[in-house]
Amino acid sequence: MATEQQPHSRNRIVGAFGEDAVVDFIARQGTTIVDRNWRIKEGEIDIVAQLADGSFAFVEVKTRTSVTYGHPLEAINSAKAHRLQRLALAWLATHKSLGHEYRIDCAAVIVSANGKFSIEYRKNVL
Amino acid sequence: MTLGQSLTVALFGLDGHVVTVEADIADGLPAYNLLGLPDAALTESRDRVRSALVNCSENWPNRKVTVSLSPAWLPKSGSSFDLPIAVALLAAQQVIPMEASHEVAYLGELALDGRIRGVRGVLPSLIAAYKSGIRTAVVPWANRVEAQLMSEMTIIPMEHLGSLLRWLRTGEREVMQELELVDDSIDSQFDFSDVAGQQRARLAAEVSAVGGHHLLLMGPPGAGKTMIAQRLPGILPPLTREESLEVTAIHSIAGGLSTRSPLASDAPFVAPHHSATRVAMVGGGSHTIKPGACSLAHRGVLFVDEAPECDSGVLDSLRQPLESGSITIARAVGSVSYPARFLLVLAANPCPCGKFSGRGRNCTCTSQQVRRYLGKLSGPLMDRIDLRVQVDPLSRVELSMPELGEASATIKERVVRARAIANERFRDEAWTLNSEIPSRALRTKYQPARAAMNFLHSELDQERITARGLHKVMRTAWSIADMMGHPRPSLEDTQLSHSLREGTGS
Repeated sequence: MATEQQPHSRNRIVGAFGEDAVVDFIARQGTTIVDRNWRIKEGEIDIVAQLADGSFAFVEVKTRTSVTYGHPLEAINSAKAHRLQRLALAWLATHKSLGHEYRIDCAAVIVSANGKFSIEYRKNVL
Repeated sequence: MTLGQSLTVALFGLDGHVVTVEADIADGLPAYNLLGLPDAALTESRDRVRSALVNCSENWPNRKVTVSLSPAWLPKSGSSFDLPIAVALLAAQQVIPMEASHEVAYLGELALDGRIRGVRGVLPSLIAAYKSGIRTAVVPWANRVEAQLMSEMTIIPMEHLGSLLRWLRTGEREVMQELELVDDSIDSQFDFSDVAGQQRARLAAEVSAVGGHHLLLMGPPGAGKTMIAQRLPGILPPLTREESLEVTAIHSIAGGLSTRSPLASDAPFVAPHHSATRVAMVGGGSHTIKPGACSLAHRGVLFVDEAPECDSGVLDSLRQPLESGSITIARAVGSVSYPARFLLVLAANPCPCGKFSGRGRNCTCTSQQVRRYLGKLSGPLMDRIDLRVQVDPLSRVELSMPELGEASATIKERVVRARAIANERFRDEAWTLNSEIPSRALRTKYQPARAAMNFLHSELDQERITARGLHKVMRTAWSIADMMGHPRPSLEDTQLSHSLREGTGS
């Protein structure tokens, strides 16, 4: 488990756990996962999924182990939301898919100490 | 459904508008948008409401929250919207029954722990709510006595958001210990029996109280001008219920009500310092337009000591309210009217050094200084003052008189009786006080006796009074006639009235 000296590695483990949980959640609904952790200089898209109608969903996952510092989704301010928008367009451009319908979703994962977690999934938040 | 609503009142001056608070909780990133021209204190409501809800173990919706205050064009200010916003949010989350927020007005500021704090302007808000057909209101516990003055409505005072929610869900209310109403109007410490001598000033004060005539007291320092002015409210008749609601509403907005006995039952006494600005005198302010001294003195006495020391324009700003009985203040946010029907009492020294009385032997002022000093009281303002009396320093004889002067209670009795006569006479007229008789009526229905008119006309011919002065003298003469029990002002009444107007020789 993480120690005081390595806070970042602990956060990374928690983050990866949350993303895996959301991928499971999306896949169970029959949606195809197209890409994960797509990273360019401007930032990273956690999950890209393609829906049944061919449109894309770009998913930002926020994972927390407590809500002491506020709800996970509150961490997404307007600057971050706009970056997600730009990243989504960049992804579509890179994959020659500009013109497809797309939306941006956010998922909040709250993990409790005993390993149980809850997912709150918000569609089309922008 | 994720829509909720509640009702409250936005005040603009004394006028209230019923405001519908709507809350919509939509999917999306957590956000809070407050619409409807809120000011700074109202924008901060988000954080107060949020903390209060969380600390009452309620859920704060971590979604896209839109709160709209309609009518949207009306600028809204203050913290009394906290409670209705909280109720609308809870209704939108469907944690309280929807019908709870219908036909009920909510007023109150929230503390972070959910306590409901008192706010200003509860009484005028409730009056506006009542006029719009709302019959029930939830108010802060601290404002309950003031709210209960609005006896036509069902008032539900609440101390805590938690107990409000329990009431909304179950209909149960904690029984809170009733604070008994205290009558704060203990006998004023100012009684006319303290004033030794000064027969003429006493008479002028009584006439002033009977007819609502404005008064100028002029005399050297220490002669008792302030003493007399302070005792004037004590001989004014008690306020009628309607008047006291008006007075209470103004003081509620200004925030000067006592929590235990908020209803103003006696005439207020307001004495602004002579360094007061025009805004302090007539009211103003850029965001919320607050009532000034002249509105706080509504139905009471506005006393300006050392009147010639006032900045130029301050006293003259009183001319409009003196004429119309109300003051309209226009600012960028809009214009507001406050009632301002007060009795103006001015006190002045006869000259800058204050010793120019009697033979003026000790006075060190030049005649020009004296003229400039008294010139500060402008002609148009002095023209509106019906009674001008000289308050001379007390002589040895007057001070050594063993018996006290007449007590306020005795004088008040006479004043009440004289006012009753005037009220009876003016039953079918639009005015109630002698000082308000229009000049047309003075020339026809309310003309003094023939001998009195002859006297006044000869004064007019000799240019000792102006036409306006003539009417003023007639109005004061009516008050004197009411005091004396004459059905119509006699020659003596009129001569007395004339001498009281010209008393200072200016």
